[in-house]
Amino acid sequence: MKEPILEMRNITKKFGKVVANEDVNLTLNEGEIHALLGENGAGKSTLMNVLTGIYKPNSGAIYYKGNKVKIKSPRHAVDLGIGMVHQHFHLIPTLSAAENVFLYTPSCKRVLHKKEMEDAIENCSKEFHLDVDPSAKIWQMSVGEQQRVEIIKLLYRGADILILDEPSAVLTAQEAVEMFKNLRKMAESGKSVVVISHKMNEVMQFADRITVLKGGKVEDTMLAEEATVERLTKAVVGDREFVPQTNEGSAKKEQVVLEMKDVVVKNDKGLNALKNVSLNIHAGEIFGIAGVAGNGQKELAEVIAGLRKAEEGTIFLNGEDVTKLSVKERIRKKIAFIPEDRLTMGLVPGMTMDENRVLKQYNEQQFSKHGILKKKAISDAVDAEIERHEIKIVGKSAPVSLMSGGNQQKLIIAREISGEPTLLICAYPSRGLDMGAAEAVRQILLEQCKKGVAVLMISEELDELFQMSDRIGVLCDGEMMAILDSHETDYETVGRLMSGERYE
Amino acid sequence: MNLIVAILSGAVVYAVSVLYAGIGETFTERSGVMNLGVEGIMLMGAMSGCVTAFHTRNLALAMLIVILTGAVLGLIFAFLTVTLQSDQTVCGMAMLILGTGLSGFLGEDIASKPINLKFTKIPLPVLSEIPIIGDILFNQNLLVYIMYLLLPLATFYIYKTRWGLKLRALGENPAVLDAAGENVFAMRYGYIVFGTTMMAISGAFVSLAQTNVWQEGMTAGKGWIAFALVAFSSWNPATLALGALLFGFISNLGSNLQIYLPGVPTEIFSAMPYVATIVVLIISTGNFRKKHTAEPAALAKAYDRESR
Repeated sequence: MKEPILEMRNITKKFGKVVANEDVNLTLNEGEIHALLGENGAGKSTLMNVLTGIYKPNSGAIYYKGNKVKIKSPRHAVDLGIGMVHQHFHLIPTLSAAENVFLYTPSCKRVLHKKEMEDAIENCSKEFHLDVDPSAKIWQMSVGEQQRVEIIKLLYRGADILILDEPSAVLTAQEAVEMFKNLRKMAESGKSVVVISHKMNEVMQFADRITVLKGGKVEDTMLAEEATVERLTKAVVGDREFVPQTNEGSAKKEQVVLEMKDVVVKNDKGLNALKNVSLNIHAGEIFGIAGVAGNGQKELAEVIAGLRKAEEGTIFLNGEDVTKLSVKERIRKKIAFIPEDRLTMGLVPGMTMDENRVLKQYNEQQFSKHGILKKKAISDAVDAEIERHEIKIVGKSAPVSLMSGGNQQKLIIAREISGEPTLLICAYPSRGLDMGAAEAVRQILLEQCKKGVAVLMISEELDELFQMSDRIGVLCDGEMMAILDSHETDYETVGRLMSGERYE
Repeated sequence: MNLIVAILSGAVVYAVSVLYAGIGETFTERSGVMNLGVEGIMLMGAMSGCVTAFHTRNLALAMLIVILTGAVLGLIFAFLTVTLQSDQTVCGMAMLILGTGLSGFLGEDIASKPINLKFTKIPLPVLSEIPIIGDILFNQNLLVYIMYLLLPLATFYIYKTRWGLKLRALGENPAVLDAAGENVFAMRYGYIVFGTTMMAISGAFVSLAQTNVWQEGMTAGKGWIAFALVAFSSWNPATLALGALLFGFISNLGSNLQIYLPGVPTEIFSAMPYVATIVVLIISTGNFRKKHTAEPAALAKAYDRESR
């Protein structure tokens, strides 16, 4: 029987009146991988922040290696041997891997010897099978390699408990499998691992035990082999009705709405981000774009919306050449765009719902007359949409930045579909949303598709792509690797294409 | 031959007059803080050194006052930008205006009066007898020799020590250091005060070594040249020294050539360093440089723990 290395007993953490964790019990055994599953806002991060000393619990106790401890600061947690890999890496891009590790190691010598440092990191990376080039600069590394540097940072510092916050979110399917294998090896050598996740599949596949948090409380704890999708789903979302929406292959029309021919687009650095990309999307079809972030998806969405110039190639909308049209002209041609970054490109965070709602339509008859806004008409339109899409508001005069991500997204979608688009581009529509909100967003997209709108959906999540799309195009390094019928392909194939393997 | 020696030895003196400020600004910017007030702080240093030397006839005391002046100005700037997290550009401009105005006001009594107490040339034994090089490098004043030691030390500190590693990280991503348990605020305070102290010494070099008199606005843009050189050098003290020598050369070339080319208006020669400043600034900050410049990523951004 493995001994528990850590016990969190009856942890309660309140922020003012909001209870983020209530009476949470968590046991972590030596050498196990323990998954923490739950929706956004379920209290996973708060609990881990209590463990790493960022927050102090209002009540409850932590027992570490048999002794009761009070964790005073992140530094203290690290000294005890509890380390965390955050979702946003804490690395300095211009420094090498070795330098980043030593930055985190207070006991290092006053005068640094490059060779010595690099050898030490090399040994550490070999010991734990984490392939890292110690002399390479962080900015030259892939995200997966950066993640390994983060893990080495903790291991070199002597961490016994590793906490990883959504480690697979930034990785391809193959990289994620590789990472979990590495975590398994670490667990076998006696380290204990906590993985925060909201992906049920990977949790069931790779963890030893699963604890589900919901509304700040522990909803269920189970061994991974006892877990089933039904049991987990019930624990995560509760009694809320939860029927994953799927695209049943709506009556497809033959009409091609969007056609791209050999489009070349440059990114911000002036390099080719899209290389001769061609595709076409029919009315009533959802066309999914798969790929690891940063392989041209952003540029693809922007070139269609008109925010980025096509260096070569042509874009047709309903047979008409729109390559040279401005953003505004394209909006009039009924292209709607749900950008990837809600609060920078989608909404003006400091403005109210009403104001954000008419950002694109302020000069339409319906909303303004002689340049003066019709406040009442706008407010009524927003009220109707709040009801239709079940948007939870914090008050109509409050800035939208106070709304939750899911509700912000619904507001953007409501605005974009109100113009009755023929083409809807959506970049990562469910990114950062919890399961309930993500389903609601997908539901709206499917409705649009049924109405005959052509939808281009960029996503990182294969589940979502397979569930929603009719066809899936895979982007890797700006190239359209293949366009596949989603009913005739599988995760494996798409995953391989995402990592750049050619399709035979 | 004498002309070349004169130009090059003058270039060394000129270089050192901007190098103290340049090294100070390099460390400040490496820590993620941009201090635009270099010129104003140099003037305060030049003035406070002259006033003390004039009244006490004690050069060591004068330098102590210069260092204290720089440190006090640094504490003010650090309080504004680190503690209050005010905009660094605006505060830098405020330091510039404060330094320019206050130095003119406080130095009014001794303005243009000869001080008759300065850092004189000390030929180093043996080394100064090397032909040509000896005259150029080793027949200089004490502050120049100190700079010879300071340059390799600064480079070593930044690239080879634990503190240097932290300094580089501080200007790139202070949150990382905060998470590792370091005191970001104290570190920035330290580097700002070090920077302003060095700037004040640069000013004192102008008024107590290069010349020996206080005049309002006498640094004449050297603070800006130092500021420009820091970006030009990619925040590297060794490159900084090369850039400063280049400027010294251009500047001295002008003043020496005037004698030989009487037909050319003197304004052309005196404008040369400033034209060079503009060229250097365009080259060093222009967008056509490669994406990963050495510029500290967190430069001119106040660190606010809550806004992560």
